[in-house]
Amino acid sequence: MTTTLRDPTERATRETTFREALREAHREAMRRDERVFLMGEDVARYGGCFAVSLGLAEEFGEERVRDTPLSESGFTGAGIGAALGGLRPIVEIMTVNFSLLALDQILDNAATLRHMSGGQLSVPLVIRMTTGAGRQLAAQHSHSLEAYYAHIPGLTVISPATLEDARGMLWPALEDPDPVVLFEHGSLYNLAGELPVDPDPVDITSAAVRRSGTDVTLIGYGGTVPRALDAADLLARRGIDAEVVDLRVLRPLDDATILESVARTHRAVVVDEGWRSVGIAAEVSARIAEGALYELDAPVERVCGVEVPLPYPKHLEDAAVPQVDDVVAAARRAVGDDA
Amino acid sequence: MTSTTADPTTGAGASGSATADPLAMLREMLLIRRFEEKCVELYSATKIRGFLHLCIGEEATAVGVLGALGPQDAVVSTYREHGHALARGVPPAEVMAELYGRATGCSRGRGGSMHLFDASRRFYGGNAIVGGGLPVAVGLALADAMRDRPVVTAVIFGDGAFAEGELHESANLAALWHLPVLFCCENNRYAMGTALAREHANTDLASRAAGYGMTAKTVDGMDVEAVRAATEEAVAAIRRGEGPVFLELRTYRFRAHSMYDSDRYRDKAEVAQFKENDPITGLTDRLVADGRLAPGDVERLEAEVAAEVEAAVTAAEAGPWEPVADLTRFVTTRPEDAGLGGPVRVDPGAEEGGAP
Repeated sequence: MTTTLRDPTERATRETTFREALREAHREAMRRDERVFLMGEDVARYGGCFAVSLGLAEEFGEERVRDTPLSESGFTGAGIGAALGGLRPIVEIMTVNFSLLALDQILDNAATLRHMSGGQLSVPLVIRMTTGAGRQLAAQHSHSLEAYYAHIPGLTVISPATLEDARGMLWPALEDPDPVVLFEHGSLYNLAGELPVDPDPVDITSAAVRRSGTDVTLIGYGGTVPRALDAADLLARRGIDAEVVDLRVLRPLDDATILESVARTHRAVVVDEGWRSVGIAAEVSARIAEGALYELDAPVERVCGVEVPLPYPKHLEDAAVPQVDDVVAAARRAVGDDA
Repeated sequence: MTSTTADPTTGAGASGSATADPLAMLREMLLIRRFEEKCVELYSATKIRGFLHLCIGEEATAVGVLGALGPQDAVVSTYREHGHALARGVPPAEVMAELYGRATGCSRGRGGSMHLFDASRRFYGGNAIVGGGLPVAVGLALADAMRDRPVVTAVIFGDGAFAEGELHESANLAALWHLPVLFCCENNRYAMGTALAREHANTDLASRAAGYGMTAKTVDGMDVEAVRAATEEAVAAIRRGEGPVFLELRTYRFRAHSMYDSDRYRDKAEVAQFKENDPITGLTDRLVADGRLAPGDVERLEAEVAAEVEAAVTAAEAGPWEPVADLTRFVTTRPEDAGLGGPVRVDPGAEEGGAP
């Protein structure tokens, strides 16, 4: 580290984590809009299963930071009703696996009511849930089921991978008149770094190029973005200049950013912790085939979750989800670096 | 907490309501009955398609419950909801147009028989996932409670829904949070074709609801005055802040579950026996006996109702179809599938729909 005089126009920043950034986003939302409240299992007195809401009940009271019984369908449906009734609820579900208990409410009510009622009803609801592997939590707490939700018309599905997005995505999600599902990859909560004290707003419509490159596009989202960036560093040592696209929004996909990147690099590797078949990576690959086939110099590579319920021991869990080396190997195949 | 059966001394029996106009209730029940009889004809004529679930025989629960609510209150209903919608005041022409699938329907034709909506009347469907409306009702009530609005959310469901987890999650939540929810269980003794005793280990639904810590009562659902009185009493208690109330309305559907159902699971003698207890003839006979109904009144009501049903059919027949270009409109408010406004109304002067 070198010591330099700080540029006085440089913005003030502070050290934070993904978890704290999410918490600050809740705090800001509840200060800005009295209709916003948070409910879910253990969000108040426990402080949140992953400590995202730690301290919020003390600050905003247990009316607005509301512990629920273990009734995923009940309290998710109650979030839908409260949204219909004019509030702006945030429903926290501990993990995406548990959210399947509420899938009927999310699909058959939240995502459906506007269309089924002929445009009369609006469900401005945000549902947050943890997703992904890496913590040895075995087969009922570790899956990456984003594709289930990204399949559903009527939903917006977002997946922050950076501190900026952890801090910034909640507010536009709350401003959206339609339901938004926000996925938090469990491996990201301790991600640390600097964030401006007064961060810029972010959108929930576009993908982002996290690293520019010319030889191959690595496409990931959520927990796979840091792995794609690490892979890009390793590839750079081999003289391969990788671009990294963070999807950010899984529904609707930002086709333009994906296709423009592929048109620049002519090669694509899609990284997805979800199972390979019928998943996010499959959808992204299909869109590249539809929209940029003649730009490709190599077949699209997919680096996905192995099709197995997530096992408990670390070596098997690691083998079941995309690792940095898997991404590097796929990118090398794509560019023909087989040495 | 209490669980009681119908008893004149509790006010939940045949003593009637202080404010209800029995003639108006009779007219509403007649409208629902004749409207649905017309639906049978129109289904045979293939004007109405899909699933069609009729509430013939159950009109007293619709009219008794909905009549006791105010315009500020919210209603969440099931797929057997023509009667609830009509009793809530959704114009028959808009309900009929919805059954036809026309753009002038109360859900722009997108919902059909099972998904009637009218946001301007706080009528939130029309939910055809059994039990699926219950958590939504809890949330509507939560919003009212958090904003200190003296509003009741009535959720109507059947004995079948009582077996769903969502009933139990919702009853617990409403009681735990002391929410202004009126649970109206239309117990018509069959979950589609499965008899009550074949689906519930304990068929005393009110006593089970009372176990969640709320007032629960059993009401004669074939007696519209009893339903109205019990609902008024429940709504008053809820408005006083006494928490949710559960009403088990014992009723019976005279026709099959849907137009597809050949009704093999019930005795014809049983159906005939319940038809002896028709809520419309029951009220008519009482009103004639005590002189509240004058000679010629019933004929006059029948003629009015018939004209109203005919007008609804005429309006539905004339209703436009949604253009196919609008197929994805209203999926979200995103530009590619954004919607602009509420349903096309039959009467251009009618109140526009919209979320409250």
